[in-house]
Order: sequence, then C-alpha cells, then structure tokens
Amino acid sequence: MTIPHLLVHSRKDNVGVVVVEGLAAGTDMLCVVTEDDSDFRLTAAQAAPIGHKIALKDMKKGDTIFKYGEDIGRAIADIAKGEHVHVHNIKTKRW
Amino acid sequence: MNRETFWGYRRKNGRVGVRNHVIILPVDDISNAAAEAVASNIKGTLALPHAYGRLQFGEDLDLHFRTIIGTGANPNVAACVVIGIEPGWTKKVVDGIAATGKPVAGFSIEQTGDIMTVAKAARQAKDFLHLVSEQHRVECPISDLWISTKCGESDTTSGCGANPTVGAMYDKLIPKGIYGVFGETSELTGAEHLCKMRAATKEAGEKFMRTFEAYQRDVIEAHKTSDLSESQPTKGNIEGGLSTIEEKAMGNLEKIGREVQYIDVLGPAEAPAKGPGMYFMDSSSAAAECVTLMAAAGFAVHTFPTGQGNVIGHPIVPVIKLTANPRTVRTMSEHIDLDVSGLLRRELTMNGAGDALIDMVVRTANGRVTAAEALGHREFVMTKLYRSA
Repeated sequence: MTIPHLLVHSRKDNVGVVVVEGLAAGTDMLCVVTEDDSDFRLTAAQAAPIGHKIALKDMKKGDTIFKYGEDIGRAIADIAKGEHVHVHNIKTKRW
Repeated sequence: MNRETFWGYRRKNGRVGVRNHVIILPVDDISNAAAEAVASNIKGTLALPHAYGRLQFGEDLDLHFRTIIGTGANPNVAACVVIGIEPGWTKKVVDGIAATGKPVAGFSIEQTGDIMTVAKAARQAKDFLHLVSEQHRVECPISDLWISTKCGESDTTSGCGANPTVGAMYDKLIPKGIYGVFGETSELTGAEHLCKMRAATKEAGEKFMRTFEAYQRDVIEAHKTSDLSESQPTKGNIEGGLSTIEEKAMGNLEKIGREVQYIDVLGPAEAPAKGPGMYFMDSSSAAAECVTLMAAAGFAVHTFPTGQGNVIGHPIVPVIKLTANPRTVRTMSEHIDLDVSGLLRRELTMNGAGDALIDMVVRTANGRVTAAEALGHREFVMTKLYRSA
C-alpha cells in the first residue's frame, strides 16, 4: 500500500494536512480525500512539518479557507497552490 | 476480545467502579497538609489536594461542593475520608458522599490541630483500606461503563485520526447503553452550528446554543484582550499545525462520531439524569479542569486523544491517551496507551481503530494501569467561576 503525504477531509476543502515527517519542497505528494478515498497528486511548493497544511489551489487575500468542508477562517495574504498554510497567512473570523 | 462485559466493583447505589481507591479528600486548601499526611501514613490511600474551598459563595460555591462531593461519590472511590478546617462544611461533604452508601467519615481541624486530626483520620483510613481490600471485581455488562472524553494538545492529526477514533468508539458503544460525555464549550467555536444539529431533541439543541452563547458572552468576550491566539488555539496547537479556533473546533467535534446524538446539556460537574446516552457538559477546554468536572459527574473512564502529546491524568479516573501523530508516538511513547497512527498511513480503518480503543477501554476498566497512572499524573483541578468573597 502506498502511504499518502497529505490527507484532505472533504472534496470541498482548499487545504490538506501533511501526515508524513520531513516533507521537502518539490515533493510529488500523494493526496487522499478521506471522505471518499479518492486521490490526486500535488507538488509541495514549500517544506512543511507533519500536521501543517498545504494549499490545494491558488487563493486570494480574503478568501475563505475550507477544511472538513467547513469555513475555518480567511486568508490574510495571497496563497499559491502547494504553499504552506498557517498563522502567517490565514486567520480566524471569530474573536 | 470480549467487548460486551468488563470486570468492575459494583457499589451499593448500583454504579460500577473500575478502580477501588480509598481517598483522603480535603474540603478546602488549608486541609491539604493533613490530608497528605494521612495518605503518607496509610499506604495505598490517595490524597486529593486542591487550591480552593474558602470564602466562595453563590454559584461558585455550589460548583465547589458539586465537584468535591461528586469526586467522593464517583464509583472508582471505594471509601472516603474527608478533612476540613471546620465541622459544618465537612459534614455537608460527608453527607453528600454518604448518599451513595459507600463508607465515608469526616474530620475537622479547628480546636483539634493537624497532628491529632491526622492521627484519628489515619486510623479511619486504615480501617477503610482493610475493608475495601477484600472487595472483588464482578463481571458487568458494558452498559455499566460511563466513558468521558476530552482532547488536548491537539494538532491536525487529532481531527484526522485520534478524535474520530473516539467518535467510532461512541458510535459503537452508545447504542449498547453506556453513558458518554463531551464538553469544552469555547472549543466548539466555529462548529457550534454542527454541534447544535447533533442534539437528540430541539430542546437539547437550544439548551446547547444558550450555553455556548453565554460562554462566549460572559467568559470570552467579557475578558478577552486579543483574538485569543496562543490561548485558543494554544501555542502547542499552533506548533502542531492548527491555525484557527474554527479548525480546532471541527476536529474537536469528531469525538462524537457520525451517529451519536446528545440527549441533554449538563452544567459543570453535573451528573447526567436522563438515562443512558451522550451528554454535553458546559466546561473549560483546559484538560485538568475538564477531566476533573467529568469525573465529578460520575464518569469512570476517560478517553483522551492528543496530537502533540498532552500528559494529563486524574487521581481516581484512568485517563487513556491515544494519538495518531507518529512523531508523538516516537518521542513520547511513555504517555501513549494506544497508537492509531496507522490511520494516517491508511493502514488502519476507522472501524478498526474504534474497536482497538474499545479493547483498550475494556482492558483499562478490567485493571490495566494507564500511562498516566504509571507516571503518577493525578491532576485534580477545580473550576472556579469568579473571585472569592
């Protein structure tokens, strides 16, 4: 069985979770959508630690971030497909 | 493995414990020294020191008594010695615990002093220890198990693996008639609409929303000085890749599975009163506070999924740790009871992970010592609602 690099909860999501240690920039990632076991490939534009997120598509500042098919916050900078997504480029819409 | 029954201690009130502790319970902070001296003298008893119990009033005092009495009443406690500074509140706690039918005795320090109080209480604790050491485990249906959950030091692997494993466990066990509870009111921010939809009745859903909104208004909005980043999500959550409270909340809610519906909303440390099923408890998301409240409500086993590696335990309730993060499994193996990192590698199915957790719950109920118990984690932390008088 091939071990995925990235897990995506829902087909609606625009981010996925790195589930391997030491993911390097340029890695051709196997991405698995857990809700339907479908898969696709994506190149990591940046290195990211296990548990951190990668953008599945290009996003503009102000765009909503979807994970679990739900709104989990907004982009506070433009984010390119394959880039690391975290507190430096997304933020809560609450509080 | 048999997942239909477990071996526990059946108490006079019908509840079943999975441990057989004799505890020395201080009513207030200034009785900690005497309680710890008794536990030091009588090997095999356990003191539960804590920080509060003086000059509290109103709802905060009610919560203090509910937590202390509920802890003594928990079926994992076989017998209880209560020590307070004065006789009035000491008796109130003793009477509350005695309602379960278990052996309990109270001692107060004023006009006696620590030394004589310790001598008398130690003699009583020794008698209790002899008594309970001859009690035996009996085989009980799985429906006699009360299982709580709360996650901690979560990361994104929690939402992918460890939390839905707990959810799979509840999806399998709630239909068998167990009691379950989840909580962490502020940590559902961003998933509150989904949580409302998981209520079994319109009333329960509305009660959840009132509870959630009151916490937002009276706790978060009333006291916040920032967007709570580094508090909720915590610095550890952020280290693990969680970016926003909404993301954390979505992962949190994975703990109630796909099918479970909660039947009622409990106040902090409030015992469930509507029969078997899932409950939501209004509670802080801080691990020790939340587990302490759930234990005081009568829950006997706790399932604790973690991502980055929370190390919490509780004095009388075994806290089972599970993680799906392979780095945490490698770096903190002494804290982990169940490794479900196979979920991330797609080597383990969610159904299989749920069964593995049920097996670990049953083994723990039967007597297996948890990582937290072996390492001496006995966090007992009262929730305080406001300053004392």
